[in-house]
Amino acid sequence: MAALIEIDNLTKIYDNGFTALKGVSLSIDKGEIIALLGPNGAGKTTMISIVCGIVNPTSGSVKIAGNDIIRDYRKTRAMIGLVPQELTTDAFESVWGTVSFSRGLFGLPPKPAHLEKVLKALSLWDKKDSKIMTLSGGMKRRVLIAKALAHEPDILFLDEPTAGVDVSLRKDMWATVRDLRESGVTIILTTHYIEEAEEMADRVGVINNGEIIVVEEKAELMRKLGKKEVVLTLNEPLSALPDALSGFDLTLSEDGQQISYAYVTTAKRTGITKLLSALAEEDITFSDLDTKQSSLEDIFVSLVEDAA
Amino acid sequence: MNFHGVWAIYRFEMARWARTLFQSLVSPVISTTLYFVVFGSAIGSRISSVEGVSYGAFLVPGLLMLSLLTQSVSNAAFGIYFPKFVGTIYEILSAPISFIEVVMAYVGAAASKSIVLGLIILATASLFVPLRIAHPFAMILFLVLTAVSFSLLGFIIGIWADNFEKLQIVPLLVITPLVFLGGSFYSVSMLPAFWQKVTLLNPVLYLISGFRWSFYEISDVPIGVSIAMISLFLAACLAIVWWIFKTGYRLKS
Repeated sequence: MAALIEIDNLTKIYDNGFTALKGVSLSIDKGEIIALLGPNGAGKTTMISIVCGIVNPTSGSVKIAGNDIIRDYRKTRAMIGLVPQELTTDAFESVWGTVSFSRGLFGLPPKPAHLEKVLKALSLWDKKDSKIMTLSGGMKRRVLIAKALAHEPDILFLDEPTAGVDVSLRKDMWATVRDLRESGVTIILTTHYIEEAEEMADRVGVINNGEIIVVEEKAELMRKLGKKEVVLTLNEPLSALPDALSGFDLTLSEDGQQISYAYVTTAKRTGITKLLSALAEEDITFSDLDTKQSSLEDIFVSLVEDAA
Repeated sequence: MNFHGVWAIYRFEMARWARTLFQSLVSPVISTTLYFVVFGSAIGSRISSVEGVSYGAFLVPGLLMLSLLTQSVSNAAFGIYFPKFVGTIYEILSAPISFIEVVMAYVGAAASKSIVLGLIILATASLFVPLRIAHPFAMILFLVLTAVSFSLLGFIIGIWADNFEKLQIVPLLVITPLVFLGGSFYSVSMLPAFWQKVTLLNPVLYLISGFRWSFYEISDVPIGVSIAMISLFLAACLAIVWWIFKTGYRLKS
């Protein structure tokens, strides 16, 4: 099956000469949640803006369900809902007014039942007649999501949906996104919060300086690039590491109670067996053994640093 | 054709107007009334008739044009500038709606407001002076063509402006002087010969002249020339809008 979104060699050079995207290619399948991670100015928003029709690409192409975003823009845009990064709303409009406007703008006849469903799902139903300017920041964010869902899109772009949103609301939003995925919506989200990508995404793409550094299944990415660490809690504290262990890259904690050893899970030889036998030879015994998997955050930082 | 989309924008713009009804409707009516009181009654009573029409009545088409032009330009300019300014333009750009449809919706709304305003001013004027409209269809045609062309101009200004100052500068520094010097308050024949020729360079003169002709059958330039000029102006605005669409100027760069 062909991918739902096919981005091919997309380049964007702004009028001021800034190159925001350097030949990005990416394909996204129907029904998945993909998270795009990257520092500020990496090109995430530019990429989304091109796909949605807000910014003209310099070169390259984007196809959605086989339709070109420029030639067949009516077909492609009708499939997409966009939640922008900034809280841009019509302050004087009511919630109901603004979601009705969105649905009409996308070429659909009114369907109050659908809008009611969307507003209820986002806990905005009791605010439907309130003016947007009277709402809190978190509610405004949800209004933007409601607007993006008003025309029943197949694809939802969430550009940093939880920036500046408190923890409990963030959890609610994640639940909403999962429900959307259940209903068959393909979701592309950009985020600064690695936690968010780790929590929600099926795949993770890392963008830096206008290039996609890596796109992987989240689990695969973590397996491939994941470092693990064994932490041994010793029965007797050591004042210094014995010479026999100098061949291992070990760290001794300050109190001398713990030895930690980092290794790459995918390496042919992790060195754990050797380490443990070396410890046995030195008569160092331990009371506890713990392993830690590095988080997506560690992976992300190391990727961006490598690329720099 | 995205009818629902055009209708959504049109309705949104008209609702914005309704929210500020006082500012958009009452204030032009008040200022027009003041013009009538000052120029029509106070000063006008000392001016004999112009080409057989009382000065108060002579003023009506010019004053109407003054409001029509400034309101069309500022309404349409603000209508498209504001979403750019607050950022809500993202939704319009990402919607399955063509640029021409967007222009139709914004310009259509701005022109509708101006036309309503024009008719209200006309009704207000009829309270002060005896009105006679010799060619009602031509009058309506001029009203609509002017409203549409200057709303288009306003739309272009709204796209071009990247701050509030630029938004104000054209209506204030270009439109208003052109209207005042285009024969709103006088007949060109009252001017010295040299200034009569200079005035012919003012495009607004042709509008006011044609519009006045539809009322009283008196004009500074032949009616055909007036119609040709406004058509030319409309075509120029359409060409610029087309260029904006082609290049994504100030919208999609």
